[in-house]
Amino acid sequence: MDKSMDPTTSASSSEVSSAALTMFRLSSWLKSPRPYLMLIGFAAVLAFWFFSVEVWKLPRFVDMPGPTEVFTEWFSKEPYYGLSVYTPEYYKHIGISLRRIAFAFFLATALGVPLGLFLGWSKTFREFIFPLFELLRPIPVLAWVPLAIIMFAGSETPVIFLTFLASFFATTLNTMLGVESIDESYSRAARCLGANRWQTFKHVVVPGAMPYIFTGLQISIGVAWFSLVAGEMVSGQYGLGYLINTSYMMIEYPKIIIGMITLGIVGYTTSAMVRILGDYLMQWRVRELALGDN
Amino acid sequence: MSTELKDDSTANADSREQFSSEIVASNVYKSYGAGPFAKEVVVDCSFTIESNKLTVMIGPSGCGKSTLIQLIAGFETADSGSITLNGKPITGPGKDRLVLFQESALFPWMTTYDNIMYGPRARGEDTKESTDLAEFLLNKVGLEAFRDKYPQQLSGGMQRRAELARAMINKPEIMILDEPFRGLDNMSKELMWEYYANIYEEDRNTNFFVTTDIDEAIFLADRLLIMTNLPTSTRAVIEIDIPRPRTIEGVVNSPRANEIKKEVMTLLHEEAMKSFSGGSKAAADFLDAYSKRVD
Repeated sequence: MDKSMDPTTSASSSEVSSAALTMFRLSSWLKSPRPYLMLIGFAAVLAFWFFSVEVWKLPRFVDMPGPTEVFTEWFSKEPYYGLSVYTPEYYKHIGISLRRIAFAFFLATALGVPLGLFLGWSKTFREFIFPLFELLRPIPVLAWVPLAIIMFAGSETPVIFLTFLASFFATTLNTMLGVESIDESYSRAARCLGANRWQTFKHVVVPGAMPYIFTGLQISIGVAWFSLVAGEMVSGQYGLGYLINTSYMMIEYPKIIIGMITLGIVGYTTSAMVRILGDYLMQWRVRELALGDN
Repeated sequence: MSTELKDDSTANADSREQFSSEIVASNVYKSYGAGPFAKEVVVDCSFTIESNKLTVMIGPSGCGKSTLIQLIAGFETADSGSITLNGKPITGPGKDRLVLFQESALFPWMTTYDNIMYGPRARGEDTKESTDLAEFLLNKVGLEAFRDKYPQQLSGGMQRRAELARAMINKPEIMILDEPFRGLDNMSKELMWEYYANIYEEDRNTNFFVTTDIDEAIFLADRLLIMTNLPTSTRAVIEIDIPRPRTIEGVVNSPRANEIKKEVMTLLHEEAMKSFSGGSKAAADFLDAYSKRVD
């Protein structure tokens, strides 16, 4: 009768321990030299930027906006070029880019993961698809731009298609490698214990490939941003890539830098979210790795 | 009184069935590769795994014992000859024969408890009876405190015990163990022998245990099959008539056990010599160990 209680109690106790683990990691991180080295790294780059542009005024840096100009513009209530954290337009660029990323990334995951699983699982299926796949994969996303514009109507779909494409290849390939990496003894054990082919797939292949799938998703979200910006520079309206490109054409250089730094921050955040989701879904792996930590 | 009730239920859960299953291998032949690359692994090999006995197979390492396990488990088929289970030829894997392989195959993504329950759940038998038996076995192999841990958080010995429980919950007619305690340190190994012998003595179902360790073989076996070098066939069969239950100390001090050990070593020594002249590293290792032990 207390068995029905068991899952809940064990789940809450593991939550407590994972929260404690996070706190422990945070405090040991603060005690280690790592955060301070990181701050020094940031400071060094900022200092170099500041001195080369604003103090030494190096020859090739003449047209480059300095950090003072960029940060004043970025955090100004009345920005000279019309773009700062106080203008709704800034968030519109971020929002539209994020929406495109989300759409393309989920589509790539929803198609890439199952395709990768079946490519790894069925030899016959792999013989069909993989050679084609290997031929298409090395084609850079930029080479797809003209075709994307010809094939898809409007300005939105070509951008999403380009973003999807790179993500899709990364996810599919890593998922397939994940399936191939699974030790054969697991499927043998499952079969021995009475699992049928479908159960083996569900209980061994999917969880066994999970670490590779999430490595794939990390790469996928990275290349998604890369292709998004490429796509937005050519086609589309709004978006961070569009912002950077039009700012260049309009000679509003500080906005280029604002766009770039924003891309860095948003890109990092999305990739961290994928990692956190992976850790959440792979508790067994987190605990396995946590043992050897520090 | 509640504890009494609980004891009662676990006792019921453990009223494990007694089977009498026998495996007979006759004139088995198996080779790998084709044409000029073919390598004979098992040649004209015959033996019987008698019902309700613990049969241990021992032979020089790399002598094709694992191949025999693959054949008995049904993962592979013999080129000629026959292997039968209770008179019926073995055609594929089945839940009547559970195999514990050399390498740990606990699913790293499942907790100890979920691993143990995997067999019943896969067959759609997630019943009160199964969960009771799972509790009983967790207790039996001393892993109650580790039920919610993942395999990587367990020591090598605990992993082997969890795997033993995962196999036993399926009440296999025949348990097949392929060097299951290899790679454990000596202390955990001897502990595992006692755990395992204890479990075996409770129901005395047919067990087939493969090893290269003479002490392990003598401590565990009712019958000992001694195999020849590659290509494998049966060299000798020795009945180990040391009374059960056995303890490590008892067996170490038993003159009978030492007598058997000398006999087995002499036989294995001859086999190792043969492959030594054939240039096998494993055989050289064995000879080395042999010269240190017999003096």
